[in-house]
Amino acid sequence: MSENAKLPPLPVGTFVERSVTWSKKNLFDGWFNTILTLGSVAFLLWLIPPIIEWGIINATLTPTIEGCAEATGACWGFVNANLRLILFGTYPYDEQWRPLLAMILLMGIICASLGGVKYPNVRKWIIPMWVIGVPIIAILMWGGVLGLTYVQNSYWGGLPLTLILSSIGIVFAFPFGLLLALGRQSNMPALRTLSVVYIEVIRGVPLITVLFMASVMFPLFLPDGVTIDKLLRAQIGIILFTAAYLAEVFRGGLQAVPRGQFEAGESLALSYWQSMRLIILPQALRLVIPPTVNSFISMFKDTTLVVIIGLFDFLGTVKLALRSDPAWTKYYVEGYTFAAAIFFLICFSMAKYSAYLEKELRKGERR
Amino acid sequence: MTVATETKTGAVPPPSSEDVITVTKMNKWYGNFHVLKDIDLSVRKGERIVICGPSGSGKSTLIRTLNRLEVYQQGEITVNDILLGDDVKNIEAVRRDVCMVFQHFNLFPHMTVLENLTLAPIWVRKMPKKEANELAMHYLERVRIAEQAHKFPGQLSGGQQQRVAIARSLCMQPKIMLFDEPTSALDPEMVKEVLDVMVELAKEGMTMLCVTHEMGFAKEVADRVIFMDEGQIIEMAGPHEFFDNPKSDRTKLFLSQILSH
Repeated sequence: MSENAKLPPLPVGTFVERSVTWSKKNLFDGWFNTILTLGSVAFLLWLIPPIIEWGIINATLTPTIEGCAEATGACWGFVNANLRLILFGTYPYDEQWRPLLAMILLMGIICASLGGVKYPNVRKWIIPMWVIGVPIIAILMWGGVLGLTYVQNSYWGGLPLTLILSSIGIVFAFPFGLLLALGRQSNMPALRTLSVVYIEVIRGVPLITVLFMASVMFPLFLPDGVTIDKLLRAQIGIILFTAAYLAEVFRGGLQAVPRGQFEAGESLALSYWQSMRLIILPQALRLVIPPTVNSFISMFKDTTLVVIIGLFDFLGTVKLALRSDPAWTKYYVEGYTFAAAIFFLICFSMAKYSAYLEKELRKGERR
Repeated sequence: MTVATETKTGAVPPPSSEDVITVTKMNKWYGNFHVLKDIDLSVRKGERIVICGPSGSGKSTLIRTLNRLEVYQQGEITVNDILLGDDVKNIEAVRRDVCMVFQHFNLFPHMTVLENLTLAPIWVRKMPKKEANELAMHYLERVRIAEQAHKFPGQLSGGQQQRVAIARSLCMQPKIMLFDEPTSALDPEMVKEVLDVMVELAKEGMTMLCVTHEMGFAKEVADRVIFMDEGQIIEMAGPHEFFDNPKSDRTKLFLSQILSH
């Protein structure tokens, strides 16, 4: 038999013929796969139409309780009617353009930073963008200057709060986690022990406990008259918690870089920090992109826990809206579906970005 | 054994009488294991020394102590009159003049060949980028690999990678070069291209300490050959005497094993 005879025949024929060949090969080869294929099709036929019927065909957007009562499908009117409460929580109604603007600005800076890393011309603007952008966001949110009325941060809520907590959380937890990972690998016993103890203790307690301690116990240790803002305490709690997890992720990456890389840096007279920054970390961090983004996604969702210390994040404001009028309460499925959709959208974007980044960084250096 | 025959033009210049490395009564332990025992060694400027010995004899560890990739516990090492101890400033000063070429190349895989070469000149010597690029291209031409400047190390063969590693060291314009089994990880057909470059370096008067089992290279360029076993320097002699008239039984045994095939 010649070599060529063993190769599968090239696909030929019309589109229909090729489709039939493909289906036979991939969907109906053997009784087991045939059952699986038919079963899956039946399941989807059972599942999808009612969802479309409920969510789209029979649904209503009418933002009134009466309108919802008439509809047989989903009551998106609940979201429509309470959109501003869900998005901005208890932020003063007339001032809600400020969190909206702040949120758009924050998203803009995040997208520009993530998309611009690739281009040197944009890259040099990333840090200035944050240095200028963050104070503007703070001014918009707090006010009290430039003719903006002062809004205490206990009134902040909704999506801007979730985005602020998580993006500031990431920006600070990342370097702190990195320092902890380096500390854990350090030659100095005191530094190493301190890092290990910190990581193990924080990893060993639930985030709720950290937030409770930050909110309830921590003020007990402060002298009378000194208070630290509740939001700030929650933010610090989230940073401290996430950093411990990230530290272990980074340690995994650092251990995966061969010892010889560091020695090569040393023998070229680079200092410890130069070797780390130029040689070790670029390789280590690239290796741990998937688990790092994993941590970010899980931290983003964990920000919903701040509700237990009385802050209304995005999920909290959905609950708030459901309770705003007893008539709305029964539309919790619509409320939580909306919240889930927004959370999914953001988390899925993070996952997609991490996949893009991995691909981008691998370009050109295939081994 | 492979000998760099093509480059046999020109003689290897004799070393000067000035000492650049002095090792006095140096001892090193890994925990309870005594790796280096009472090492005494002085290396003159422009001298080429080949160190050989069975695996685990401490030869790699010895040259790794010379730029402080390994610490030692007793004795003293001075390089260019700088005492190599715990002082970080001294360590960095020594490392500026002493470069190491590794068995596994240790190129930086996330950078192009050119970036590998310019990294240290830019960050350690504070050289402007343009000047560093010119310097790097100069040395890449010398190791005959300039056309690969914009590739990543992973795209090159082992021999090419090791030549890049040598060029990377040369970019620091070192006074002393250490070679830690530079051809051991290479496929046989690539050994020669790396040895050729090393022979050229020797002929230009570079001070070299080279851990290798390439005895052809030792015969051609070495001023002295050192044989180590169990952490000690057993024998130290010029190449003719070392190969033709070894004194110690252990040296004779080692040479018979290594030269028999």
